[in-house]
Amino acid sequence: MNTLDAIDSASLRDDVPDFRPGDSLKVHVKVVEGSRSRVQVFAGVVIRRQGGGIRETFTVRKVSFGTGVERTFPVHSPIIESIEVVSRGDVRRAKLYYLRDLRGKAAKIREKREIAK
Amino acid sequence: MGKNVKGVLGEKLGMTQVWDDANRVVPVTVIKAGPCVVTQVRSPEVDGYSAVQLGYGAIEPRKVNKPDAGHFAKAGAAPKRYLVELRTDDASEYTLGQEIGLETFEAGQEVDITGTTKGKGYSGVMKRHGFHGVSASHGAHRNHRKPGSIGACATPGRVFRGMRMAGRDGNERKTIQNLQIHSIDAEKGVLLVKGAVPGSKGSLVLIRTAAKGA
Repeated sequence: MNTLDAIDSASLRDDVPDFRPGDSLKVHVKVVEGSRSRVQVFAGVVIRRQGGGIRETFTVRKVSFGTGVERTFPVHSPIIESIEVVSRGDVRRAKLYYLRDLRGKAAKIREKREIAK
Repeated sequence: MGKNVKGVLGEKLGMTQVWDDANRVVPVTVIKAGPCVVTQVRSPEVDGYSAVQLGYGAIEPRKVNKPDAGHFAKAGAAPKRYLVELRTDDASEYTLGQEIGLETFEAGQEVDITGTTKGKGYSGVMKRHGFHGVSASHGAHRNHRKPGSIGACATPGRVFRGMRMAGRDGNERKTIQNLQIHSIDAEKGVLLVKGAVPGSKGSLVLIRTAAKGA
């Protein structure tokens, strides 16, 4: 156990679902506009997870009106209302930067076939 | 004219991050502060100035020499590893043996933190003084990290004193001013200070009210 675990544990979230690069997510983000607060959904593919503990972040990529948009969130960020895993992807690397060079059908990720137990 | 300075000694535990009220990430240094004990009160009548001496850190009584042991006994306190003096005008309000903890400070307050920086050993001018060095290319020959010119020619015919050159870097006393206390965890006995603090993990730091504070 590290010295600062006790301090970090207060900020860690315990409602983070299990997800990996290649998975499709719907990230529900709290957006504050003036005094109003609403929830916005950012849906896309996880292209990386990096860091560990309280500093861990993940990046979601989507193509919006033909333009690639990437957004990086801290996994334990309080601005995230909830994370919804839409599908599991079948990918062979941890960082999916090659998706940036692909368009349309080529940028599709095969869905992982669950092995029956 | 003078100032009422409050201070406490502590130990740097390390850095981490927390979220503030606006959900922004705040980099914080965690400091285990106190408990300190007042070992001596300096007064203008006796010592010519007004200050309070604080002791911090456990030490095995066997390792304390006789003069120091007597000094602590006079204050009615257990021997401490570190002693520091705090120049403050309200020194007379302290009593010998009084305990001082992190309740001295409150969240949101600005403080100055003094510590000993990490030693870097013998370092060149780029690391030690932030020089830009010499071009990486354009025919530069084995002088990429050199300082360049250190003075003129026959006039003055010498290198001026204080010219910044390579040498021992770090391991010196440094004070960082106006650091904000993000929060205080009295239960764990730690302060969370926004930003970085000099020294390695486990090193001694002195936390004081900001000299330039409002």
